[in-house]
Amino acid sequence: MLTALIAIPALGALLVAFLPKGRDELAKLTALVVTLVVAVLAIAMAIGFDNGGPRFQFTEKYWWIKQFGVHYAVGVDGVALVLILLSVILVPLVVLASWNDAERSGGVEAPPKRSVKTYFALLLALEAMMIGVFAATDIFLFYVFFEAMLIPMYFIIGSYGGAQRSYAAVKFLLYSLFGGLLMLAAVITLYVQSANAGHGTFLFDELRNLHIEPTTAKWLFLGFFVAFAIKAPLVPFHTWLPDAAGQAPAGAAVLLVGVLDKVGTYGMLRFCLELFPGAAKWFTPVVLTLSVIGIVYGAVLAIGQIDIKRLIAYTSISHFGFITLGIFAMTTQGQTGATLYMVNHGFSTGALFLVAGFLIARRGSSRIDAFGGVQKVAPLLAGTFLVAGLSGLSLPGLSTFVSEFLVLVGTFTRYKVPAIIATSGIVLAAVYILWMYQRTMSGPPTEKVAGMRDLSKRELVVIAPVLVLLVVLGFYPKPALNMINPSVKQTMVKVEKHDPQPTIAEKGIRP
Amino acid sequence: MTNLLAEAGPQLHTQAATGMQSAAWLLIAFPLVGAAILLLGGRRTDKWGHLLGVAMSLASFVVGVLAFVQMLGQPGDGRTRLVHVYQWVSVGSFKADVNLLLDPLSISFVLLITGVGSLIHIYSIGYMSHDPDRRRFFAYLNLFVASMLLLVLADNYLGLYVGWEGVGLASYLLIGFWQHKPSAATAAKKAFIVNRVGDFGLSVAIMLMFVTFGSISFTDVFGHASEASHGTITAIGLLLLLGACGKSAQLPLQSWLLDAMEGPTPVSALIHAATMVTAGVYLVVRSHAIFELSSQARLLVTIVGAATLIAGALIGCAKDDIKKALAGSTMSQIGYMMLAAGIGKAGYVFAIAHLIAHGFFKAGLFLGAGSIMHGMNDDVDMRKYGGLRKVMPITFATFGLGYLAIIGFPFLSGWWTKDGIIDSAFEKGGTSGQILGWAALIGAGITAYYMSRVMFMTFFGEKRWEEDVHPHESPSVMTIPLILLAVGSVAGGAFLIAGDRFANFLAPVVGAPEAAHKLFTPYTIVVFVLMVVGVGIAYLQYLRRPVPRTAPAGSFPVVAARKDLYGDALNESLFMRPGQWLTRLTVYFDGRGVDGLVNGIAAFVGGTSGRVRRVQTGFVRSYALSMFFGAALIVGALLLVRI
Repeated sequence: MLTALIAIPALGALLVAFLPKGRDELAKLTALVVTLVVAVLAIAMAIGFDNGGPRFQFTEKYWWIKQFGVHYAVGVDGVALVLILLSVILVPLVVLASWNDAERSGGVEAPPKRSVKTYFALLLALEAMMIGVFAATDIFLFYVFFEAMLIPMYFIIGSYGGAQRSYAAVKFLLYSLFGGLLMLAAVITLYVQSANAGHGTFLFDELRNLHIEPTTAKWLFLGFFVAFAIKAPLVPFHTWLPDAAGQAPAGAAVLLVGVLDKVGTYGMLRFCLELFPGAAKWFTPVVLTLSVIGIVYGAVLAIGQIDIKRLIAYTSISHFGFITLGIFAMTTQGQTGATLYMVNHGFSTGALFLVAGFLIARRGSSRIDAFGGVQKVAPLLAGTFLVAGLSGLSLPGLSTFVSEFLVLVGTFTRYKVPAIIATSGIVLAAVYILWMYQRTMSGPPTEKVAGMRDLSKRELVVIAPVLVLLVVLGFYPKPALNMINPSVKQTMVKVEKHDPQPTIAEKGIRP
Repeated sequence: MTNLLAEAGPQLHTQAATGMQSAAWLLIAFPLVGAAILLLGGRRTDKWGHLLGVAMSLASFVVGVLAFVQMLGQPGDGRTRLVHVYQWVSVGSFKADVNLLLDPLSISFVLLITGVGSLIHIYSIGYMSHDPDRRRFFAYLNLFVASMLLLVLADNYLGLYVGWEGVGLASYLLIGFWQHKPSAATAAKKAFIVNRVGDFGLSVAIMLMFVTFGSISFTDVFGHASEASHGTITAIGLLLLLGACGKSAQLPLQSWLLDAMEGPTPVSALIHAATMVTAGVYLVVRSHAIFELSSQARLLVTIVGAATLIAGALIGCAKDDIKKALAGSTMSQIGYMMLAAGIGKAGYVFAIAHLIAHGFFKAGLFLGAGSIMHGMNDDVDMRKYGGLRKVMPITFATFGLGYLAIIGFPFLSGWWTKDGIIDSAFEKGGTSGQILGWAALIGAGITAYYMSRVMFMTFFGEKRWEEDVHPHESPSVMTIPLILLAVGSVAGGAFLIAGDRFANFLAPVVGAPEAAHKLFTPYTIVVFVLMVVGVGIAYLQYLRRPVPRTAPAGSFPVVAARKDLYGDALNESLFMRPGQWLTRLTVYFDGRGVDGLVNGIAAFVGGTSGRVRRVQTGFVRSYALSMFFGAALIVGALLLVRI
């Protein structure tokens, strides 16, 4: 099942790439159909997922390179499953949203003519790798997907991005390669460790029970962690993201920030914590400090931006701070909240980038001061932008609130001061979102936006499902939480942490 | 302390709701569905959208009345009923369900919100009849009512928080309803952000409750409050107070309210009378079990209330904009309620009774102001009014009754409830009781002054109208709500306070006051005298002398009050400007510092910047391509090896 999910978009990518020249419409349609099929299959799989069953389901395991103990092993737990669902739901929407973007190349004026089919082939290849990276239960396989993922994204940014695209693409690649290199070293060392212990393996299940000497574990933890911290950008590894997201075409930015970056936080939860629980606990103060700095620092930077896409990218840096905070708080609420946060942030930021993309496509500029008074001429566009923005500031009733509050309450039970500082993020979020909305949407309609079209049917079809999901999961997050909870329990057992007891229960009833 | 809690015991015994009460979710569902239909339906619903909005609000009111009638049939200690709707969040031991709590306190709010809210809906049909976006306006009104109902009906703090922020959203949408006006957009944003500062306090309070009690439901928190340490309880109390200050526009988070006048006038009536600003008072009274355990937290509540009631009244004195004068008065009146809520057991009943009475007369006053503006081409400057009593007789009569009610004219609503607050402040005893009592007394005098000023400048004296203005009475769809609200302004207070009716009704929730309320005390006379003095000064200034059409320069206190006692200036110099400065600095630091370092290292590694540029133009791309094919080759080879 999972193999099919990886193979279908991969084959689709090949098919689209080898379509004859000039058949752009066919390429687009093929890409859409393939991604829809994948989405349906993945949703069917999610329905078949047994929340009370074994941790990893839909597992497949074959020898790949027997000499080195490398398996092709895939399987999903609740955490991986919700992230795969996030990916497969976003990709078809991105395909539809980017319908005319490849030709126009990210809103650059007088763009060079670009190959349309290559763009969609790259999107499909990216989807295959995204599913692969979440499904892999062999660490070497994970590493391969982790690195391979860079390549289609590099080409999308480098060929279809804005004016500064090559600088952004190179920065993105160099950063990621640097992290990947560290991780590769750690992966190999891990294998050597297991070989020394008698049984060389890359399988997650087996490595999970491997005893590693504490000092080595700390180094290995760092190897993985830095790679993930670059990917999910945690301050101070973040400067590639605003450039990459700002230059990428809006659709690709959705996948970059919405899904690709989640591999980083997912990796922390899955690998850093479970493979090196002792080291993870040792590094917790550092990570919490960086997270809190990231929350405030990212938010303040977002307030100061003058470019819509860069602004959204900085809000994400702030949000990634919340996610890492929740993961390393080592409480059930924190980690479940963080996982749900990954999903919600994917939809929420996805929605923001999508609407921003619609806006930019109309004006050919992503600067905030290129807009003003849009609400009067294009009310639907403004309305969807507002809802997406409200999800960015975690308004209760939208799904982002549930995850953010869980992260905060989960952190607070163990670390009060970081949680309180992080909570100040809700005020800053209101500032950056509402100020952006005010500058672009309200006020008297300016000449700049005169005659701006409201959302087309295609655009409405793209944005509506995301907003609906944000609302539905906000009022009824139970299905997602039920999937995530059992997996997080496993992680909690592995790091040997229990949720703190209420203080009144601890000291008993006061006389 | 412990016997205090024992007396408040009955609230801990909740029973499942039956009959009409088990359908209490309809209270929220009606307006919520209304909002959804109107927002999603788009222009198709333009023709009948406003009628749907009114119908949904009225339907909710009917459900509220039925639930109330059923409650009256239940014995006094069996009136706390729970409606389980569904499980919302459950992670580890953290649980938050969507449950509705029906008890005398929440039902009082339900009736106020839906009753006065419906009247405001009806009035808006007329007021907004010329606005092309009337449908959207009704959608937001419905959303407002739904959020506020969730706020007062939730049985746990997280559910309350959802309503709390929902109210914030609805106010944001309504204050900024005329988004094309930059001032409206700014005021809306300001309201939301200032409210978020308060929400910060409420959020942390909820977290602290979970850490302390392992639960955030009212039953668990209040039931175990006495087991927590005094410091924790005080901290929770202060954090809740911060939240209440944001929503109820109390010092130091008052600044948004005066700008919130940018919204259409019915919005002001809704925010100031039936919803939103009353939420803070509700929060404090609802959490009385916590405040009763911490005298420090209680004291701060009273100080905030007293300071705000004076500040609001002073601001009200200096405004020439009729809506802003009324806004200052709202701040001040909510200050009275806060003061009463902080006094404790003796004050709760008066806090809520004053809140309800205020709901009637302030809604009447604001809608009356809207009616005046309707006839005056939307001019809000009272210096251009004058002599309107003859052309707007119904507005004059209803506004006048609201005016008499708010200044505490004997036997009208405000007299019953405000005097109760003043008395209970003095009864508190000690120095603090004296200070609070006198603050409330002086506030009453100032209230009489500024409200008389509004009354005289608007309805009496010479006509000072602009030339193209032809004032006229508003249509009956607007005047009928005014008349109904005037009835409430006249009779509401007597209905609630006479014979301790409301005190007995609320007793199962907040406990009964120790002594029966005495209607006439020496302070009654002092209040009356101060009221007469206030009216008299206003009479001398604004009726005996002609009112100049341009405001005189004014002395320092007048200028200060006109500038909202420098609240905005303070915020600007303390937060906004340093914030902007910090933002710029951070952006610079991130660009030059962090990113500069990264680029510098890249340049260093590359040897010269020239080489880096070459790297960036083509070299790396071909490198990446070769890497991709290299990787593909390796993977292929590995696959072959396997086979």
